[in-house]
Amino acid sequence: MKFIFDRETWQEIYGSIRKNKLRTVITVIGVTWGIFVYIGLSGAAKGLDNGFEKEFKDIATNSMFVWAQRTSMPYEGFKIGRPMQLKLGDKEALENQNPEIQFIAPRNVKGIFGDAPAQVVRGLKSGNYSTFGDFPVVDKIAKKKIFDGGRFLNDEDIEMERKVCVIGERVQKELFEKDENPLGQYIRIDNIYFQVVGVQKFEDGGGFEDDSAIYIPFTTYRKIYNMGDNVSWFAIAAYDDADIVGLEKDIKQSLKRIHKAHPEDERAFGSFNLGEAFGKIMGFSKGMNFLSLIVGIATIIAGVIAIGNILLISVKERTNELGIRRALGATPREVRGQIILESVFLTIIAGFIGIIFGAFTLAVINALTSGQDGFPYTNPTVPIPMIIGALLIMVILGTLIGLIPAQRAVSIRPIDALREE
Amino acid sequence: MIEIKDLHKSYQMGSNSLHVLKGINFSVKEGELVAIMGSSGSGKSTLLNILGMLDESDSGDYTLDGVEIKNLNETKAAKYRNKFLGFVFQSFNLINYKTAAENVALPLYYQGIKRKERIEKALKYLEQVGLRDWATHLPSELSGGQKQRVAIARAMAAEPKVLLADEPTGALDTTTSYEVMDLIQKINDQGNTILVVTHEEDIAHMCKRIVHLKDGVIMEDKVIEQVRAEQYV
Repeated sequence: MKFIFDRETWQEIYGSIRKNKLRTVITVIGVTWGIFVYIGLSGAAKGLDNGFEKEFKDIATNSMFVWAQRTSMPYEGFKIGRPMQLKLGDKEALENQNPEIQFIAPRNVKGIFGDAPAQVVRGLKSGNYSTFGDFPVVDKIAKKKIFDGGRFLNDEDIEMERKVCVIGERVQKELFEKDENPLGQYIRIDNIYFQVVGVQKFEDGGGFEDDSAIYIPFTTYRKIYNMGDNVSWFAIAAYDDADIVGLEKDIKQSLKRIHKAHPEDERAFGSFNLGEAFGKIMGFSKGMNFLSLIVGIATIIAGVIAIGNILLISVKERTNELGIRRALGATPREVRGQIILESVFLTIIAGFIGIIFGAFTLAVINALTSGQDGFPYTNPTVPIPMIIGALLIMVILGTLIGLIPAQRAVSIRPIDALREE
Repeated sequence: MIEIKDLHKSYQMGSNSLHVLKGINFSVKEGELVAIMGSSGSGKSTLLNILGMLDESDSGDYTLDGVEIKNLNETKAAKYRNKFLGFVFQSFNLINYKTAAENVALPLYYQGIKRKERIEKALKYLEQVGLRDWATHLPSELSGGQKQRVAIARAMAAEPKVLLADEPTGALDTTTSYEVMDLIQKINDQGNTILVVTHEEDIAHMCKRIVHLKDGVIMEDKVIEQVRAEQYV
């Protein structure tokens, strides 16, 4: 151990490395490249991971939609093809029957599923915008970002059936002047005046909304459009640890029971499971992580083997020198130690260079892509434990691979080594 | 200083066995300057290699400074070499990427002497061989005679009991050869024991004793009148 921390040892190693520049450089390139690939790949995988997470951060990732369709099987005297209709009362029934449900939001909309969007007018400006009838809880399932000063719908709006609305960015742009504050202003939605209470900052979250949506209280909506207890669809978020795929089945089963559809009728209710889709994407990014780990480590191993290879050649080249050293009193242990340390030292230096280059490349890629929307690539980093792990692997491999040329070096008898010219 | 009894050594050459040393009996006292002579194939280099622990004998006794040399493993041999012996080779065998001073300091490194002291000592020995000003030069920047003088300084730096020189003048011209011999004589004057392997008569006559080897046995072992190399320099 003393040997490793001895300054003299390192001076010898430094001398021999410095005086064999070309060999050193070639040796270093192999491992540098290996660790560079490793850092680059796992950083990119992590960036992708972060990117997906950012894209989905405003949605409860364990969420789903469920809507009504037509039956495809006759049941209890009802004929095939009967249209199904979700009711407001289903909410409570579903909540009672499925305790995994964390939030459930009944939603109505005008202007998405083929019907005409609401005609919205303000002064001389007008436009057609899809209008949602919503409960405040929908904000918990798919986050609605509101610009400063405004608010989303609240429980009182629902209770009082207030004529208030939250408008999308584009609605504001099209109905208001640039320097105008829309908050507190009135717009006419299908000829009824609504006060604007908030402007939504739009972020694509995989729903039906876009940047020109208008949200009004569910109760107000149903009154204006004569919806009664009808609901277009439910947005449902489950607790984080709930099995979303199982819940999806359970909910549809509950709905079939309530609405007297055949229990095996697959088409009575439709659903889209964000949780499942999200899980698939996350699985993909996990796979990428794994792949980058395998490829990276394989490349590092290849690099370290190259170091061993080059050291082996260099030992052959230095046979005479090693013979001289041994004639002058170097013990086999010292010769072996020197070559292994050279190997480990080169590996580590190469590793650090690779890490620096890798980090630099990741930073450049991050800078180039950070402004772009819809490109799921954010903050590519490599976790410290992975770097330490890589360094550790390099040290171990460097030692092991160094053993081969070291053994070779001491297996040559000094007398033969000296004869070598 | 050196005591050899009935030394045998043979090499396997394919199916043939080549008997190189056939029972050598030989002793060297402290302060002697011995020339080992013989034509090529006479076994003189083999003898020197065995004396230098670079090679092992098949049978026979070898005592160096009262220490019996046998059953050496490489580690032990390395320690003895470092402690007892200094080597000078025909082809100098300097490490080409180390400066003259670093080359001279190398055996001291393996003795575990600190760097500062090492460099000081190396410079002292370079001074002795007259190459103090060349300390920072690489071997490639030195002439053959200078290289051999650096090699001698290196051999002396470890303060060995015996200096073994294998054809030290073999790669040098006559004038340079005499310069090197002059240096060896001066080192011998200080009381160092030196063995020189050579096949050149004039070089051999600059020693104090000549041992003639032929076909693996000692033909002749005589003390001679030393010719000083100074007069030719």
